[in-house]
Amino acid sequence: MAYTKRSDGRKFDEIRPMEAKVGVIKRATGSAMFKMGNTIAIAAVFGPRDVFPSFLQNNSRGILRCHYDMMSFSVTERKRPGPTRRSTEISKVTEAALMPILDLSKFPNTGVDVYINMLQADAGTRTAGINAAALALADAGIPMKDLVCSVAVGKVGDKICVDLTKEEEDFEEGATDLPIAVLPRSGKVTLLQMDGKMTQKEIKEALEMGKKSIQAIKKLQVKALNDKYKETGK
Amino acid sequence: MSNNNFIKELADKDARIDGRKFDEIRKPINIELGISNKAEGSAKVTWGETEVVVGVKMAVGTPYPDSPDQGVLITGAELSPMSDPEFLPGPPGPEAIELARVVDRGIRESKMMDTKKLCIREGELVWTIFLDIYPINNAGNLIDAASLAAVAALKSAVFPKLDGDRILFGEFTKNKIPLNLIPITCTVVNVGGKAMVDPVLEEEKNFDARINVAVSEKGDVHAMQKAGMVGLEIDQIDEMIGLAVKKSAEIRKVLK
Repeated sequence: MAYTKRSDGRKFDEIRPMEAKVGVIKRATGSAMFKMGNTIAIAAVFGPRDVFPSFLQNNSRGILRCHYDMMSFSVTERKRPGPTRRSTEISKVTEAALMPILDLSKFPNTGVDVYINMLQADAGTRTAGINAAALALADAGIPMKDLVCSVAVGKVGDKICVDLTKEEEDFEEGATDLPIAVLPRSGKVTLLQMDGKMTQKEIKEALEMGKKSIQAIKKLQVKALNDKYKETGK
Repeated sequence: MSNNNFIKELADKDARIDGRKFDEIRKPINIELGISNKAEGSAKVTWGETEVVVGVKMAVGTPYPDSPDQGVLITGAELSPMSDPEFLPGPPGPEAIELARVVDRGIRESKMMDTKKLCIREGELVWTIFLDIYPINNAGNLIDAASLAAVAALKSAVFPKLDGDRILFGEFTKNKIPLNLIPITCTVVNVGGKAMVDPVLEEEKNFDARINVAVSEKGDVHAMQKAGMVGLEIDQIDEMIGLAVKKSAEIRKVLK
């Protein structure tokens, strides 16, 4: 069946209403909230700081460790607290999505820890988490070459869409989820996962659509950083 | 020993450490079925020097509340220390979890198994299929070898006998799992801008990026995963997917 109109009235290449705020957790070195529709992610960065266990230390540069999780009440049916196989995998791909922009060569033997958590989940949690983490890393003053903007593209029924909701992911005729992260300056893709069914041609089309739509995320991220740092004049 | 420059220098000269072409998969690939007579299905894949075994065990249990009429697939992987001096004992780490989940998603997302046919009584009793992956010798590209062993094991698996709602362990029927299609996973790595299939260990330690692609016989892509700390251009991704789709047809021939 054809998917002619999105259930929330958005255009097929339109991201859900977003909000971003930098500096939401005072004791963290850097922190941020990023909201995409009904998905709310918060991220906190600690470090560069000592690494335990110490055998993980790298004497030529600092290491990045990401920890993604969802709060037990963030989903319809309570999630058992604590890490799962799903969260371990998302933590791993999140590290790979963020690492290409970081320069940790000035911080040998230290670690930068990024904690990402969901207050509310309605699809796209890893992408909202990466958007929040990029802001938190910038807030922490970690040397960065670019931002990272992340959004899920995919296919609902027969239509290529960006930023699917849970309702769209569960579309009866089938949906494909293809979360990506893009570096806005270079256009390079640092997160790429897919579940569902698409042809090579459709994947390319979806990637191009995603690359365009992330400009809105970048704009909001820059604004959120300006909002905090204009006040303090730093 | 890993030597980043060496693998990259070779790639610049259009060469690989073991002399293969960029689009050349190691040979031979062999599948041996029935390596454990206790398992409902099992397979060992020998892929170049990489060896992986996968076993299927079945159990009956209650379905998940959100899919009361569907059987359950649970995939696990243990990077056993016997298969690689760098693997350590202990609970599965990110690499093992990723291996299991990438294999699982190829099977799940392609709808290889008709999970509704694994339902015994809706809302009460369904089959649970346990798929467990054990590398025996890691010489690189465990994901493709394990994916192939997994589909071979599932294809050969037979249901155990039931006595009411209990399994008669050790007694097998001749009934196989109803299958829709067979996904083949093909991994492509990018080294210094060059795309190459079927990485060996040294290449796995030195790639810029890796994409695993699960492909159906028709050439549809059902699951993907990128790894590696370097970003890719969309055209590079497209090239890598194209290569995976093409080479998956070659790997598929081993199943027949």
